Parts: sequence; C-alpha cells; structure tokens
Amino acid sequence: MKAIKTSGLILFLIGLCVFSGSLFTGNFGLSPSQFKTFIESKNYQSEVIEDALFKATVTQEHLNIFEFSSRVRQAYQASNDYYDKLIEKYDSEKNWDKKGEQYQYKIYGKPHSLSYEVAKIAGSGFVKENPLILWWLSFGLAIIGALLFILPNVILLGKPGIKNNGIYHKASTNRGWIAWLVLLYLVVFYVLLYFYPDYVVNWTYILDSISVFLNGNPASQWFVYGFLYSVVMLVMAVRMYIKYRHNTYQMIRTTSVLFFQIVFAFLIPEIMLSLNMPGYDFKNAFPLDYDFFFDWNLDSLRNSGAIGLFILVWGIVLTLVIVPVMTYFFGKRWYCSWVCGCGGLAETLGDPYRQLSDKSLNAWRLERWLVHGVLVFSLVMTLVTLYCYFLGVQSFLGINSQWIKDAYSFLIGAWFAGVIGTGFYPIFGNRVWCRFGCPLAAYLGIVQRFKSRFRITTNGGQCISCGNCSTYCEMGIDVRAYAQKGENIIRASCVGCGICAAVCPRGVLKLENGPEKGRINPTDVLLGNNLDLMDFLKQK
Amino acid sequence: MEHIVIIGNGISGVTAARHIRKLSDKKITIISAETDYFFSRTALMYVYMGHMKFEHTQPYENWFWKKNKINLKKGFVKTVKTETKSLLFANGESLKYDKLIIATGSKPNKFGWPGQDLKGVMGMYHKQDLEALEKYAPNNKVCKHAVVVGGGLIGVELVEMLHSRHIPVTFLVRESSFWNIVLPEQESALINREIRSIGVDLRLGVNLKEIKADENGTVKSVVIAETEDEIECNIVGLTAGVSPNIDFLKNSKIETHRGVKVNRFLETNIPDVYAIGDCAEQREAINLRNSIEAVWYTGRMMGETIAQTICGIRMAYQPGHWFNSAKFIDIEYQTYGWVWAKTKENEQRFYWEHEDGKKCIHVNYDKNTREFIGINTFGIRMRHDFFNRILNQKRSVDYVLEHLADANFDPEFYKLHEPEILAKFNRENKTNIQLKKKSWKRIFAK
Repeated sequence: MKAIKTSGLILFLIGLCVFSGSLFTGNFGLSPSQFKTFIESKNYQSEVIEDALFKATVTQEHLNIFEFSSRVRQAYQASNDYYDKLIEKYDSEKNWDKKGEQYQYKIYGKPHSLSYEVAKIAGSGFVKENPLILWWLSFGLAIIGALLFILPNVILLGKPGIKNNGIYHKASTNRGWIAWLVLLYLVVFYVLLYFYPDYVVNWTYILDSISVFLNGNPASQWFVYGFLYSVVMLVMAVRMYIKYRHNTYQMIRTTSVLFFQIVFAFLIPEIMLSLNMPGYDFKNAFPLDYDFFFDWNLDSLRNSGAIGLFILVWGIVLTLVIVPVMTYFFGKRWYCSWVCGCGGLAETLGDPYRQLSDKSLNAWRLERWLVHGVLVFSLVMTLVTLYCYFLGVQSFLGINSQWIKDAYSFLIGAWFAGVIGTGFYPIFGNRVWCRFGCPLAAYLGIVQRFKSRFRITTNGGQCISCGNCSTYCEMGIDVRAYAQKGENIIRASCVGCGICAAVCPRGVLKLENGPEKGRINPTDVLLGNNLDLMDFLKQK
Repeated sequence: MEHIVIIGNGISGVTAARHIRKLSDKKITIISAETDYFFSRTALMYVYMGHMKFEHTQPYENWFWKKNKINLKKGFVKTVKTETKSLLFANGESLKYDKLIIATGSKPNKFGWPGQDLKGVMGMYHKQDLEALEKYAPNNKVCKHAVVVGGGLIGVELVEMLHSRHIPVTFLVRESSFWNIVLPEQESALINREIRSIGVDLRLGVNLKEIKADENGTVKSVVIAETEDEIECNIVGLTAGVSPNIDFLKNSKIETHRGVKVNRFLETNIPDVYAIGDCAEQREAINLRNSIEAVWYTGRMMGETIAQTICGIRMAYQPGHWFNSAKFIDIEYQTYGWVWAKTKENEQRFYWEHEDGKKCIHVNYDKNTREFIGINTFGIRMRHDFFNRILNQKRSVDYVLEHLADANFDPEFYKLHEPEILAKFNRENKTNIQLKKKSWKRIFAK
C-alpha cells in the first residue's frame, strides 16, 4: 500500500513538473500574413503600433514566451509613449483640439493581455503540436498519480470512522515546509493566471482541442482554470468520499458541490458558448458574481435576445428571492456547502487544511469588519455602476464607475478571492475567502443569523469540551464555546459543512432546520444538573 | 474582599471559578501543579493521535483568565492548615484563603505490582503521562510492542492511541469481557469485537503479575499471572481505574475516606472548605449513584452547584438523571437513565443490534409498570433533552419506542433503524407499537 502511495506521489509530481515546465517551451513569432490578419482584427487607429508590433513579433528568431511578451509590451509602450509625448507637446502649446485628438490613438487594456492575444497565435513547438501527448503527460499523470496516492486510504485509514490521525504531525497539514511550498506554487499560479496570462499561453494549447470540442473556440486561460478547477475537485472529492465514507451527510454534500461545479459552472456555460449564447453560470449569485451588473455584461445580455433577458431576470430573482428564501429554510449551507464553486474547492481541495483556520477572538473581530466591508464595497460599486449605466454618465457622487470597478476586480476579485483566498489554504485554512471576503457569504450570513430555521443543535449536557469541533471548523468558529454551554450555534459565518458534528466523539452536535422558536437558547445551568430552577431564578 | 481558593484546574474547579465570577466579584485563585491553563483532560488522547495540538484542548484563550480576574497559580499544595486558613506549598510559599474548594481530581490506580514504577510505565491521565508516552512510544520503531492493563474507558482510549501510531498492543483485561461491570454482556461483547477488529491482542480474564526491567531500569516485559506468559514490550499503560487525589490532605483536619467526605452541599467537616469533582466522596450516595463519581459531567455539575453556595445561595448538589457517553475506537456510546450490567429483579430489557454488529440499543424498563428506566445506545446518537424529559415524565417503554424518531440525533441523511427496532420489539413482546413521525412540536414541548 505504501509503495502504491509513493509511486502515486511520484507520478503526480512528474505530471506537475511537466505541466509547469511546459511554460518554458515553444517558440513564438508571427508570419507576415498572421500579423496582417491580427492587426486588421484589432482595428488600431495608431500608426506607430503597427510598425512597432511588426518589428517585435514578425521574426524568425527563436523567442520564448518571456522574450516575446517583453517585445510586445515594449511595442505597446512605444506606441503609447509616442502619443503621450504628442499630448504633452500640444498641452504646452495649449492646442486643445490637437491634444484631444491624440487620445483615440492610444491603446487601452493591459499589456499582458495584448501579449497573450498575440502569443496565442504566435506560438509553435511541441506543446502546441502535440496537445494530446502533453495532456497525458501533465493532467493524465497527475490525475492517475493523485488517485494512486488517494485510493490506498480505503485500507490505510482503517475502518470507516473519523480518522484525523497524524494531521498535526505532518509537514503538509501542520504548516510545515510542504505547506509553504504548496502555498508558493498556488500563489504563483494565481498571479500568473490573473496578471500574466501570456506566460501561461502554453497551458491553453494543451486544452485547445477539448475547448474546441466543448464550445467551438480555442482555450483561454479561463478555460484552463475552469478545467483544472473541475479536475482538482473531482480528484479531491474521491479523497472526501474515502475519508468520510461512514458519513452520509458528507457523501451527499460532496456529490452536490461536485455536480454544481462540473455541470453548472463548467459544462453549461461552455455549451451555451458553443450555441452562441452568453456563457452563464446559473448558480453564481450576485454579489459573489460581482460583474453581473457591469455594463459589458448587461449589454451582452441585452443583445442576446430571450436567453439574455431570461438570465437577467434569473440573476435578479436568484439574489433577491431564492437566496433569502432558501437560507430561511436551510441556512446558508444550501449555497456555501452544497452549491457554490468556491465552497466546492474549499471542501475538496481544502479539506486537508480545514483545521488551520484561526479561532481567536481577534480573528473573529477582523472577520466581521472585513467580510461586511467587502459586502458594502460591492453594493456601492453596483449602485455606482448601475447609476452610470442608465444615466450614461461617468461618475456618481464623485465615484468614478470605471475606477471603482477596476479597484474591486483587482483587490477583491483577483487578490482576495484568488491569490489569498485559495493560495493561502495551506497556512490559513481552506475558507479564507468565504470567511473574510465573500460578500455573498456576508449577505447569506445576515439572513442566517436573524431569520432562519437553521442552527447547530447542542445535545443537552453531553459536551466534554474536547475541542475537536472547534479545531476542525473551517470557518474559525469556536464551536466548543457554545457546545460546552449547551447553546445552539446560530453564527452568521457557519456554512453548515457538518464536520463539527462528524468529528464530535460524543454525538453532541447536529445540523438542524427546526422551528424558529427556541432557536436561540441561552442557558445558565446545563442539562443534567437539577438545581431547583425556580429557586435559582428567584434568588438571582 | 473574600478570597476563594480552588485547588485544581480541571473541569470542576474551573466551572466553579467561572460561575463564582458570573455571580460575584470575589477574589478567585486557581492552583494547579499540572498545567498553566485549564485543558480538557478527555481530549489528551487526540493530541497524541495528531488530531489536535495541546493548545486546542484549552477551551479558553490565555487572556480569558486575566480579563475575568481569575488568578492562576502554578504550585503544588503540600499542606492545608484549616486552623489558620492557609495553604503551604511544596516550595515553601503559603497562601491565605477565606473559602477553599478542593477539586484535585483523581490519580491512576496502582495495585503494588512489581515494577509498576519503572521507566516506560505510565497511566493516561495527566499531561505528564502524555509527555512520557511521546518519549517512550513516539512510533513503532522505538516502541515495538505495548501492553495496556485495565479494562475501562481510559484503557481502550490508550489502545486506540497506540494503534493510531501503528504500535502493536496487547490489552490485558481482568474481567471476562470488556467493562462488563458496567456494560451488559451484549454491549460488552460488541466492544470486544471492535477492539479485536483493529488487530489488538485483547486478552480477557487475565491479571498482571509483574513488570520486568532491562539493565537500564526500563520496561522489558510483563508477566501474566494466570498463564505465566511473558510478553515483551517497551511500554506498559496502567489504566486500572482512578482514585481520589487527596494524599496532601492526610495531615489536615479535613475528613477523608476514599475521597474527601462531603455532604449534599459539598461541604466538608471543616467550615468554609468544600470538595467537588472526582476527589469528593458523598457521605450518602445520591439515588443509585456511586458515592464517588469520576465522571466529567458530574464534576462540571458540582462546580455549577458549589458556585451558588459560595455566592450565598446555599444549594444542594442534585444531579438529575444519569447520563454519560464515550467512544470506543469507532463506536460512539451514549447512555441515559440506568442500564445496569445485570438485569435487576423488576427489570426487563429489550436489545436490538444492527446486522453489521457495530450499532445497538439496549432499553431497560420496569416489567410490571412498563416504566422506562434507561437506554444504552451504540453507534446511534440520541437526544439528551428527549430522554431527560421522558424520565421526568416517567413515560412507558412503549411511549419511548413510539417516539424514537424524536429521540434520534444522528446527522441528516443517516439511515434510520427505527422501523427495524420497533418490528423486533413488537415481535418479541407481542405488541403493536407504531412509529410516530418526528415532531418538532413534541421535541420542543417542555
């Protein structure tokens, strides 16, 4: 069994190395005809860029992606510098007409995005020409390796039951060197994905054929992410199934998040794209789906006929009706632990790290400020965006619509949700984003706290304060603090993963959707001690 | 300001301190020689098993004590001088008290076995035991074989701990079946099977004769009295029960027997001195309970009660209906009311066991009045509230079975065994009890 596990790990690491190493391969350069087609598609007003880009990209030299990217960005910069100088010149001459004219020649957008677009056409080499071989050497080996690593647990973990043996003895799950390496890899991955898409263009080649099959277009970096996300969840769900095979709640819940990720977040949007519809994730509710009310999305929906209108209405109904009603009946777990993609990754890939979340009072204080702060930020952004969209103006109360959208996308969308939210799993636990950043979790949480039938019931006086529940709470709730007082847990942050109930050695905790009455039950003396309660109250 | 001094920072002492603080502004000092901060003793096993770190067993953050003005003092009390109301510490310091609460808990039993104090012999009770275990049994290279002596809850926990690090274990139990002085034979047999199923060498009906040492004074082997078998091992766990930890009171005027003698108000024979938890011995046992109860929950309840008395509402300790719980490797156990190991004269039992042999319930009731007396449940979680109410209302066994769905506390989507249980009961008793659907209204009715 040990040998199978070790060979699995080796295969996985080989797959990971091939996947990562593929980025450093290939040659990039355009032929004159490719260049012509590209430049025509871009429709630049600038005359400088054409020349500069031609010199940069049409070449027989063997450029790797980093050299190629650097050249493209220099061309971009050169063109913009040229017009900036003109603007400066006309500005000093107070020639306002001429100055204003120059702005149309400038190139907007991110340099690395332009570089990505060119590189996608310009690449050649083994990866691009043999995507299937590369797929097997990277994804294939990693998947097989991971499964070989995971499957022996059926026997190694022993009989069904909670087996967290050794979690705090391992460098991977106790913030040791392995955890820091994983963190580094994930952070680099997210930084490349969000900010340097051109550097990962080789990855898109590996999945081009799968993408064409699904939606008719070559793969983008987001397709790579979506595919990888689904694969990772699928493999790690196998791990969940084995670890919690005695626990029906965990089995069903894992199946549910897996289903919603693969079908709703991945397949349906791809199929919609192939049918020339906007690719929409029907479960992704605003404000987690923060760009739902951005002008580009609204325009795209308005231009998509009936289906666009349907998505628009569905999106609004989902947020304003379905989310609060479902939360009233089932608590926020119906979303966070059963449907949400972020939650799905946290519950599968993140399960080995759930014990690392900080349970201190200070962490709780920070959490409440941050998560509600992000909610307010997202609401303000949406109000400004909608106001500007319908009135056709640039700003509302001095807040520039484009600025606030960019700020949110960068700070919250990329850094918080991605780089920190997932990258920091191995050190801060698996629900960093859900706990500290997700505006939808904040919204669901407010409903759950004040108007819901959900609670974690504490079983009378049976708690022995052992602390397993608190240790394994991924949301950093000190579950034990409530359990040892015999109080129901009605915290806003609880995502209802049910692990506290699973790890409790005394059967003290249970997730329940009961009547609202009696949901909050402060106690002075726990069940089992027959103090004369009337006496007790009278004399107090 | 009145100074309340509590010796012992276990669940009893800490609960007392917390409740005194809730009710008053008295000066409170908790003394412990074991650890700086309160931790949950029952969770020590999970530290060795790697489920938790030691910090996780501490229910309160370190700032809690200062914020709540509860002084913590590390020290070993050598003598209690009740005449001068002062404590003398091993290091020569002394401390005055106005009211003293003795909550020193238990210590593992040793029965004078030859070799019981060798290196590598330990109990599984104190934090220091855990440290010894880490030293002598960090893995199966250093500790090739372990022997655990004693057939109770701590014994089976130690077995599970060693098993988690793949250390082969021989488990010596004096009784003919595991814990059968408490569990009825069916449950006891079920746990025997569970222990053996993970590969533990469980030997029933055997006594320890002696522990042999190697040339360094470390454990080398144990000898079994009955068979003279010698078992090579690197550590020996002695878990043959616990007894009150009250040696330091020997030269004081406080009356002791096995434990510190207390009345129903948890008062000792000396005014302003009280005893709670494992170390307290009731002058007259309460109801059907033992006069000493080394149980986590009773310690907590005594702490709750004594706080009332200290704060001016003199209150008797009145534990309600008996309940307890434990976990035997992968099988959870809960009990409510009384299910004795042996059926009493007026009692009738109903036993159901799941076909996988890992779940069962055992219901005890009065064969004449059919009044429900108690239930053991293994592998199925039940609602404490439900059984407490049933026992208060003196409901019949038929009522309990009819409402099993209300009682069930298993996680959602778990397979329910109630129909099967009822069918068996009806078959055996020629009754026709129908299962009622779970009702929140009944569950929340007082």
